[in-house]
Amino acid sequence: MHRTTITQARELLHSKKLSSVQLTEAVFARIDAVEDKVNAFAHLMREKAMEQARAADERIAKGEEHPLLGVPIALKDLICTQGSRTTCASKILDQFVAPYNATVVNRLNAAGAVIVGKTNMDEFAMGSSNENSSHQPANNPWALDRVPGGSSGGSAAAVAAHECIAALGSDTGGSIRQPAGFCGVTGLKPTYGRVSRFGLVAFASSLDQIGPITKSVADAATLMNVIGGKDPQDSTSADVTLPDFTKALHQDVKGMKLGIPKEYFTSGIQPEVEKAVQEGIRTLKSLGMETVEVSLPHLDYAVATYYIIACAEASTNLSRYDGVKYGYRSSKSDNLVNMYENTREEGFGEEVKRRIILGTFVLSSGYYDAYYLKGQQVRTLIKQDFENALEKCDVLAAPVTPYPAFKQGEKLDDPLQMYLADIYTISANLAGIPAMSIPCGFVGEENLPVGLQLMGKHFDESNLIAVGHKFQQTTDFHTKQAPL
Amino acid sequence: MKYETVIGLEVHVQINTKTKIFCSCSTEFGMPPNANTCPICLGMPGVLPVLNKQFLESAMKACLATHCTIAPMNRFARKNYFYPDLPKGYQISQFEEPLGINGYININIDGTKKRIGLTRIHMEEDAGKLIHGENLGSPGKSYVDFNRTGVPLCEVVSEPDLRSAQEARAYLGELKSILQYAEVSDCNMEEGSLRCDANISLRPEGQKEFGTRTELKNLNSFKFVQKAIEYEVDRQTRILEQGDKVIQETRLYDSDKGETFSMRSKEEAHDYRYFPDPDLVPVVLEEAWVEEIKKTIPELPEQKRERFAKEYGLPEYDAGVLTSSRELADYFEKCTSLFAKPKIISNWIMGDLLRELNKSNQEIGECPLSPEALVNLLKLIDEGVISGNIAKSVFEEMYQTGKEASVIVEEKGLKQITDDKAIDEMVEGVLQANPSQVEEYKGGKEKVLGFLVGQVMKTSKGKANPGAVNKLLKEKISKM
Repeated sequence: MHRTTITQARELLHSKKLSSVQLTEAVFARIDAVEDKVNAFAHLMREKAMEQARAADERIAKGEEHPLLGVPIALKDLICTQGSRTTCASKILDQFVAPYNATVVNRLNAAGAVIVGKTNMDEFAMGSSNENSSHQPANNPWALDRVPGGSSGGSAAAVAAHECIAALGSDTGGSIRQPAGFCGVTGLKPTYGRVSRFGLVAFASSLDQIGPITKSVADAATLMNVIGGKDPQDSTSADVTLPDFTKALHQDVKGMKLGIPKEYFTSGIQPEVEKAVQEGIRTLKSLGMETVEVSLPHLDYAVATYYIIACAEASTNLSRYDGVKYGYRSSKSDNLVNMYENTREEGFGEEVKRRIILGTFVLSSGYYDAYYLKGQQVRTLIKQDFENALEKCDVLAAPVTPYPAFKQGEKLDDPLQMYLADIYTISANLAGIPAMSIPCGFVGEENLPVGLQLMGKHFDESNLIAVGHKFQQTTDFHTKQAPL
Repeated sequence: MKYETVIGLEVHVQINTKTKIFCSCSTEFGMPPNANTCPICLGMPGVLPVLNKQFLESAMKACLATHCTIAPMNRFARKNYFYPDLPKGYQISQFEEPLGINGYININIDGTKKRIGLTRIHMEEDAGKLIHGENLGSPGKSYVDFNRTGVPLCEVVSEPDLRSAQEARAYLGELKSILQYAEVSDCNMEEGSLRCDANISLRPEGQKEFGTRTELKNLNSFKFVQKAIEYEVDRQTRILEQGDKVIQETRLYDSDKGETFSMRSKEEAHDYRYFPDPDLVPVVLEEAWVEEIKKTIPELPEQKRERFAKEYGLPEYDAGVLTSSRELADYFEKCTSLFAKPKIISNWIMGDLLRELNKSNQEIGECPLSPEALVNLLKLIDEGVISGNIAKSVFEEMYQTGKEASVIVEEKGLKQITDDKAIDEMVEGVLQANPSQVEEYKGGKEKVLGFLVGQVMKTSKGKANPGAVNKLLKEKISKM
């Protein structure tokens, strides 16, 4: 039962073959069975979820129809939920309970979704492996000694392990797509401004986007219909029409142009991974898409640019965790400066501190022009590269990561190696364009999932959904089950 | 060596809005600590700011009223520093792209008009307030009140065009007046809605380069602005005359001692790490919008001053006093619309009315006397019903009791005696009682006439028409 997609669950719920209470109980039974191996959750919201399930059943009984009504969903633990903890996998927010809901949570509630719990992540979404979590890190359901990716590793692992029907994650430099790729599920990072960030604990405000992690592209479309759209509480949310994304599921892709950015296939990519991605591209061609080679000349600078901008924004976004108002406060201090220093020293993990220091440095007087300002200029060039490339095609295809899920601890001591895990995903955030990861094969002895990345024009998630869905109609990678 | 003082002021003005700059909390003053707060102004995780449109329009108005050019593209920036009253660890302000630039206001120094340039006006949010345990709760602890956090401010930065404490004070007065006229701020220093920092340096007269400056922070009254600058100018003069160098630093003013003292040196100055706030989109101000706002700006103090002098034939001094606030100017104009003798009205307002208001520490808005009531009194004088002197006491009673002038005059029998026969008798009596003075007058001491008039007025208890008395006395003496 817990293995259903949103689409299937909706059928069962509305035809009354299954109640939301039954489905939610099944999901919790699955969680009880596998969670000690997967560690996908930071904490569960069992009681509340059962209440929501009962309420959903009542709404269904009254004849209400909604695609998410009664469907168990998990949220990354940096999406604020009124009355239950939002920890960001950080000691500094370990006991933090927000007195408000994120806009996406209000939208999910209105749609009747059942929220089963908050998923594990890298602290403040900083990381590519889930190992920077104040909780036990999550494991990859396909190989438990491997990372699920990050930072939304918990959400991806929970979906892959069927501990929820779908989940929301957030993506600042690949944090939805990379773990989706590692865990063999579908992950969509919407256009910057498509989904409200209100109530999403900020890492890098100009890059962060909430998006769905699901078992299929069709489910992603359903979730996007619910969470997308202008929010008066978020000035950066865009006032553009929200299409019905499920319409794209019926769209033909024949004759559409698929751009292949050559810079994604030059160096560093594992041959097996490249093979799977090329195979995926061939499948799309077989569906009638035309391929064109395109170029993104400034792609080499993406990782450096990203770490300058993201760390700069993070360094000030995280200033509010100072021990004064909420969250952790060190008890060791005897004056104000001490209190700040000890609280932040003890409350933040190593990676978070590293990025705060980096960000503080690039914004400092004397370095601002050389780093932050230059970074913004290069960002503009990268954005233009994508706009130029997307004039020649409808959708870009590329790998999600250069390699499949790596072993726990493998890159933990080498931050630079860890940062390169996001080399193929970062640029979509810099450009603000929508990007999606869909399973396109399995590699190695352990049969590890590989993702294919599709990127589109600003606010053109529909074409990604159309192409991704057609791909999933022809292939079965997304239906393969993790050996749990 | 003679030194020239160079002063620039940075003034923070609270802009009148019902709600805060980035959330819907009230800006009401005097609420219990933290009553006016919400997750947004408390800087809780994940919340986002949304700009208050009414504030933006008022800030535009402040810029236009001070002749600033409005930037078509506006961006907010984060000013980063740690302090417990700053919940986000940064203040949302403007840095490289302020709302208004290159403005000016004119001030009047001893009858001479002087133009003071405004470098910029930018928008920002206020911080909260720390209350230390000595005043509340347990000593040794500090408490934070976030009611002010997110209250909308404009920072008005002047060019270093001011040359004395007196000019600084005049500038502040004019700025306050303009902002009050434009109804964008009430500029109430006690409630913290107007605060001032001053940058002060000295240079040898004739030198172009500026000297090393010090910054005086948090001057919270007009008096302190002037006193603190005067002290600082003296201090710097002494240093320079001794051949020492002024140290660039931030100083505070101790109003009890009347001295300034060092707060932090240049080396200790913060690096605020300004950068564009990614949570707020740039605000594009289209010309049509700016033009709309321009239309809402009323006549400003300087224009009004000039018009009063010209239209009503008032001395510059009168025009200055009457236009010191928009309400007072309105009061005056209401009076002139009822009684077309502006100078007489001006004299009464500047004299008796302002004196009574000052005595009871009231603003013109709280004046118990309506323009109609004042004009009715003045008409009684004009029509010769009462004398000017009697009118003074009638005025006082009107002010105290709120009674109509004519009622008081009637009740107390204060009508001027215009009956020639009665005056004749009184004049006769005075002439007989003061023969020596009459002789002195006849001998050419004309001043004595005043004494005799006074005597008659006294006899009449002030009710005789002084003009008639004067005339009659002269006639009678000449016949003697």
